[in-house]
Formats: sequence, C-alpha cells, structure tokens
Amino acid sequence: MGLQLENVSKFVGSEMHLADISLQLKPGSRYVVLGRTLAGKTSLLRIMAGLDRPTKGTVRAGGVDVTGVSVRKRNIGMVYQQFINYPSLSIYDNIASPLKIQGVPSSEIDARVREAAGMLHIEHLLDRLPSELSGGQQQRTAIARALVKDVDMLLLDEPLVNLDYKLREELREELQRIFGQRESVVVYTTTEPTEALMLGGNVIVMHEGRILQEGPTTEVYQNPASMQVAEVFSDPPINFIPVHIDGECARLGNELCLPLTEQTAALPQGEYTYGIRSNRFSLSPRSGEDVAIRGEVGLAEINGSETFIHFRQGKESYVVQEEGVHSYKVGNTISVYAHPGDFYVFNKAGKLLVAPKHDR
Amino acid sequence: MKIRKRYILLAFYLMVLFLPIYWMLNMSLRTNADILGSLAMYPEHPTFENYMKIFGDPSWYSGYINSIIYVTMNMVISLLTALPAAYAFSRYRFIGDKHVFFWLLTNRMAPPAVFLLPFFQLYSTFNLIDTHIAVALAHCLFNVPLAVWILEGFMSGVPREIDETAFIDGYSFPRFFVRVFIPLIRAGIGVTAFFCFMFSWVELLLARTLTTTAAKPIAATMTRTVSATGLDWGLLAAAGILTIVPGALVIWFVRNHLAKGFALGRV
Repeated sequence: MGLQLENVSKFVGSEMHLADISLQLKPGSRYVVLGRTLAGKTSLLRIMAGLDRPTKGTVRAGGVDVTGVSVRKRNIGMVYQQFINYPSLSIYDNIASPLKIQGVPSSEIDARVREAAGMLHIEHLLDRLPSELSGGQQQRTAIARALVKDVDMLLLDEPLVNLDYKLREELREELQRIFGQRESVVVYTTTEPTEALMLGGNVIVMHEGRILQEGPTTEVYQNPASMQVAEVFSDPPINFIPVHIDGECARLGNELCLPLTEQTAALPQGEYTYGIRSNRFSLSPRSGEDVAIRGEVGLAEINGSETFIHFRQGKESYVVQEEGVHSYKVGNTISVYAHPGDFYVFNKAGKLLVAPKHDR
Repeated sequence: MKIRKRYILLAFYLMVLFLPIYWMLNMSLRTNADILGSLAMYPEHPTFENYMKIFGDPSWYSGYINSIIYVTMNMVISLLTALPAAYAFSRYRFIGDKHVFFWLLTNRMAPPAVFLLPFFQLYSTFNLIDTHIAVALAHCLFNVPLAVWILEGFMSGVPREIDETAFIDGYSFPRFFVRVFIPLIRAGIGVTAFFCFMFSWVELLLARTLTTTAAKPIAATMTRTVSATGLDWGLLAAAGILTIVPGALVIWFVRNHLAKGFALGRV
C-alpha cells in the first residue's frame, strides 16, 4: 500500500514546520529523508504516521483518505531517535506487544518474536529489561518491535543518531539487508549524506520545511538541482567558488583560471558559482588537465582514515578530503589539484546548469 | 576527625527529634499517678493499662476506624480524579491550561477554616453530616490539587513517545493507561497516596466539624481526655503513639521516593 501526500502544510502557532509538501511513496520502496536539523523531517514523518494532523492538505494510504485517522487504525511501525521501549516489560514482551494486541496466537507470537530478535541479534537478551541493555541493544529492541508485525509502512526517525560510530556502521549494514526483504514502504530520516548514500533507494532532500529535490539517491547526489541541495547532500561541505566566465576561462580574480570544458564553453559569459566536493580535490595532479589552486592551510582535521584540510585562497576557503592521516602545519602553502570537468556550475539563482560527467 | 564531628552532630539532632516522641512513649506506659508523682527517664513499672483501655473501649477504637475509613476513601477519590487530570495537564495543551494548573494549587493556599461554614451548610443540606464520605470529600479540597501536581511531575518524566509507541502498537487508551502507563509511574502513585494519607490523617478542623458521633475521627476523640478532673495524661499519650504508627508504616513504604514527592515529582 503506497502513501500519498497532497499539499500538506503544518503550522504550529504561526510557525511554519512544513510548507506545501506533495509526495508519492510507492509500496516496496525505500525513501531516505535527508536534511539538517529543523528541516522538518520529524514533522513530515509524524504526519505520514498519523501522529499529527496536517494543518492543510490530505494524506492518502492506498488511495483512501487517512488524514486525521488515528495512528491506532493505521498499520505502521515507528522507530524514534531516542530509545523508546516499555521499561516495565521484558525484551520479549516488548517485541511481542504489537502482536499480543492484535490477538495473534501465542505459538505464532513466539516464532515471530524469535525471528525478529534473531534478525537483530538480540535473541540472547529476551528475558532482560530494557534498562539492563546498552543503547545499541535498546535501539535493536525498538527496531525489532517495529518489524515484528507486517506493517504497511515503516518509519525510522534518525534511528542511529544516538549510537556510537562502530554500532552505527554495523546497524546500518544490517538495516539495509532487513529493508531489502520487506514489502512495506520504508521511510528513513537522516542528517548524514553518507547514510543516505549507503541506504540507497530514493532520497527526499528537505530544507526549512520544504522539499528541495527528490529522486533516486545516486542521481540526486550526482545532479543536485541547486546549491542548497548540494550543500545538504555533501559532508564535508561542498566548496563553492564564485567565478566569472569569459571567452577562455572561469576566473576567480587574477589568481585562478579554470579552463572551460565542452559543457561550460556553451554558457554565456557572466557570473557563476562553481561547486566541487571535497573528495574531488587532490594534493597531487591526477592527470595532465588538472588545475592547481594554491592556498594557505588553515586547519587539518583527522577523521578516521581521512584528513580534512581546510585551506584559504584569497577570500575563499575550501576543504579537501584526503585519504590517509596527514599532518599539515597551519600557514603552510599547498597546491590542490582539481580536474576542470569535476565542477558543478550553478547560475546566480543557485540552480544547477552543468553537472560533471560521471563516466569520466 | 571530621567524620566523627559530623556523627556527633547528627546524633544530637536525632536525639532532639526523638525526645518528644520518646517522652510520649514513656508517658503512655505509666499511670497518671506515676506521671504526676515523679520525673522518670523510663517507666519503672511499665503498664499497658492505657493501651488496653483504648483497644477495649468502642468509643476509643472506633475513632481510629473512622479515621482510617475516611482517609482511605479520600486517598482513593483523590487518586482516581487526579490521575486523568494530571495526564491531561502533562500531555495536552489547551486554552488556559497553565492558569487552571496554578489555580489548583491556590486551593492549598487558602486556610481550610475559610471553607468550614460553606461546607457545613452544604453538607447539612445534603444530609451528609456525620458520614465518612463527607470528611473524605472535604479533604479532597486540598488533596486533589496536591495529587495532580505530584502526579503531573512524575508523568512528565515519562517520554511522550512511549504513549505514541503504544498507540502505534495498537493499544486502546484505557489499556495503555492501565497496562503501560500506570506501572511507569508506580512510585509517583505511592508517594501521592502517602501525601494524601498524611494530610487527611492530621487534619482536625474539617473532620471534627463535619462529624458528631458516627464518623468521629481519633483526633477529635482525643480531646475527650480533658475533663473536670484534669487531663488523662497516660491515655492521651497512648492514643498519640497509636496515631503515629500508621503514618510511620506508610512512610516506610515510600521512603525512597519521598524527596521526589516533596519536589512535586520534579527532580
């Protein structure tokens, strides 16, 4: 059963939380709602679930209007950012609770609870209480409870955000596998672009209560419709370079001349913004066509097996993502290389004009 | 050295606290002649005569029974009305919610004597004078607001998402409330019951005015020990000791949660 949102808006007092959202969620597919905090991801999820009523607009499930229908009558599963379980019930009873309410025979409950617990590797914890478990195990319990009944729609609101790095990676992989076996609509919200890319499916990019872009995840990643989408969908942040395109070059002041490619040569002369993801920069030339940008190192952060180097050139500052652990002295001058074909080109209004070719 | 000083101070404090209670116990085990005759730190010829009189005389022990009946009724009524009210205050926003919530507490600020006359008039009209329910209802005046405040604090400590999860799982509201929610605020209910018990148990003015014989509370009965021949010290002390016992028992059960109750559940 699919879900349809038609012109849904949500106001709390005079504060706008969602503005005119229209969406079509197809059964059996996976949707990742990507956006920063306060983008309206949770508000959207709550309206999809039926926990909140939209101020305007309608919600249809399988063609039937379910706006304002109590969540009790909707067949959904939900996992919150906080670890929400019934503290007074054992893990077994926690997972079994939706089935017990439905009046499923106890032998079947037992089989299904054990199956769900097995999927999430918590079968050895079934007779403990939630407070006796670690955060990761508590969240697994919550996910198992959402999975145990055959729901039409499974909603996960940043389920991994309160977990530590290692657990997050592990659960993310497992979730991907579990979602693959489901026929329900899965909606998953996150602030992290990498998480969205890992989960695949479709992505809905949100910003300040509006949908900026939706579509298959990799497609959106490769062709962000606007600078805002590119910003939300890049971590570390995407680098923007204000340039002036004349007959031969995309220039930034006098220092930089990025040769025009086949695509950019077709653009009329004028002001544009070039965008490049930090992982497309490199510290050594990768091909003869690469252009060097010289700048001063501001800060080098080491993030796991990668190093983010912040550097400044004139007034602009950029981030380079480099494999391996490196250390750089603040204030040193370095050269960073980029291929002219790796740049996105946005017009002055921030709309995408040219995306890099990906078969290169 | 520092630790020892602290213990000395605490021991002294404890002694000061317990002295009147000990003295009452001491007196309750002596005869009137003995009490008035000499000063004794402990009863030399302990006697249970005073206690026997209380347990043997219906006009005495019925005072305890009456008190326990109306205190229990009041506890039940207060909890049954405060639970839904506190849930509404903790979970829903409605017009004037904060004002109503504060207004509830102001009921505790007024001295009960203010309500004495209207209550007497009202209960006379409805023929409720000298019944247990009359006292139980009158005590709701200050116990229900208190119960709402304490329970609201405990309920707000339970994440709203638990309610939502239960509804997503398909629980109906009453089933959720009884099966999931009440167990989560057990401690709060215990503490609330204790506070209702305490305030209802020690209240004298309303309880005495609204009763004559059939529902007369123990506190009113105790005033009978004053007569033309003077005070019946031993009997009064024994009745006092017996009045402390139920309170001490209840405190024992909620001892771990009392501090949170005094902070109206907001710790």
